[in-house]
Amino acid sequence: MDTATEPLDSNGLSRRTALKGVGAMLGAAAFARAIAPLTEWARDIPVDDFLQKHYKELTPIDLEIILNRLQKDTKDQYGADVTIKDYKAQEGVKFGYALNLSVCNGCRKCAEACHIENNHDRPSHQSYIRVFEMSKGSMDMEKGNAHYDHPVPQPDKFYMPVQCQQCEHPPCVDVCPVEATWKEPDGIVVVDYNWCIGCRYCEAACPYHARRFNWTKPVIPAVEINPNQSYLSNRIRPQGVMEKCHFCLHRTRNGRLPACLEACPTGARVFGNLLDPNSEVRQVLAHKRVFVLKEELGLKPQFFYFFDV
Amino acid sequence: MNKPLIAFFCGTLLAAGASKIIGAEQGGAGLAVIAVSTNPQPHSVLIRRPAGTPKVGTGLTDFQGEPVMVSCGSCHATTKANIDTRATADLDQFHQGLKYVHGHITCLSCHNAKNYDTLRMADSRPVDFTEVMTLCSQCHGPQKRDYDMGLHGGMNGHWDLTKGGRTRNTCINCHDPHAPAFPLVMPVLPPRDRISVPAKPNAKPTKH
Repeated sequence: MDTATEPLDSNGLSRRTALKGVGAMLGAAAFARAIAPLTEWARDIPVDDFLQKHYKELTPIDLEIILNRLQKDTKDQYGADVTIKDYKAQEGVKFGYALNLSVCNGCRKCAEACHIENNHDRPSHQSYIRVFEMSKGSMDMEKGNAHYDHPVPQPDKFYMPVQCQQCEHPPCVDVCPVEATWKEPDGIVVVDYNWCIGCRYCEAACPYHARRFNWTKPVIPAVEINPNQSYLSNRIRPQGVMEKCHFCLHRTRNGRLPACLEACPTGARVFGNLLDPNSEVRQVLAHKRVFVLKEELGLKPQFFYFFDV
Repeated sequence: MNKPLIAFFCGTLLAAGASKIIGAEQGGAGLAVIAVSTNPQPHSVLIRRPAGTPKVGTGLTDFQGEPVMVSCGSCHATTKANIDTRATADLDQFHQGLKYVHGHITCLSCHNAKNYDTLRMADSRPVDFTEVMTLCSQCHGPQKRDYDMGLHGGMNGHWDLTKGGRTRNTCINCHDPHAPAFPLVMPVLPPRDRISVPAKPNAKPTKH
């Protein structure tokens, strides 16, 4: 086309060129707008984090790098110096828990200990343990009241703390579409918080309401953060992932008792190795009348309830 | 009053290699038992004990400002024992504020009228305050049986005695011997997560 035929404006630009410029600008703006969420994402989740492999595929060196990165992130985001380790399941150990409903007085000290030990979000007063106030004669946890707020124990009630039952056949593991949760050799069902996509299928699948979702980024003052952390247990969870009771594996895999047991003022909790016939938890199974919650579901909980007889 | 409580941790680690609690083996005087299991483990179970004979404050202070504490026998040496006393209301002096709700036993069921610095077994043998579990076990056999199996009473430390030791409470760490039933307590606040929020009683059912 002959340029001489195009009408020029006072600046000497043709109408066509001007439109091209406007189009390019609009396109650039639209593109910037379209990738804006991506830039937001990049600020929260570093590339390393995004490209991280599944826990089971990590080499020891990968893991070392990740643990260092997580420690640094905790320092940057929460201002706390923490040690994040990765404790492995011990050979010949399968954890079991038993709880004496005759002596539990419903004081929720276990839930509070869990809240502190496991670096839970402070505003929501989150915990892996929910204590149900139950009418005597009823065994249906769905009819229990978890929000009682009066002196305990009431004479016509008993109190049943419920946390993850570490099922032998965990339905939460079956439904996870990305295999971010699995059962470890010592019986603990764990979550890789960095692999979880937050679909909450597991929360829906759990008949014990044991799973918790991080609706918000956990808020914890630096001085209150428990610095003894591990990858699969009590490190501070990111927003948008599931979490659950892990029998305090950062403690129990080092031979220690879980925090909820140590906090119990009535001595209602009994913890130990199910494979050791002399362990306390085996004494419960041998000498007490034991039941499990929702036995009819066939999930084989490794958490047992008993009454003194 | 808390100092003696802390002092209850008296280091009675029994002989080398002692480790795991196993029930039935009980020494003659019936101490809080620590028996040796067949697998010797490097760490032991420590059972907390009272520091010794309790002392009573006189309300006076010595020249250094320290409270003057006396043993039970100081007053009871000159006070005639009344075997029928069952309640603090029966007393016209001392121990007036003591809450006493413990079955139908009298003061002298457990306190030794011949020597108030010891306790008294049902067969009138004296027993030291440090061996209080022996005294309680006379009536509370099922609790003692469960305790020996590790099923009664709070503990701290390690489930795995190859990794570390364990400390267990004795009876009176949790139970007030004069009023042993657990008192009513206010629970810790409930969680404020979504699942735990109670359904409003007048909420309309939602349509899907």
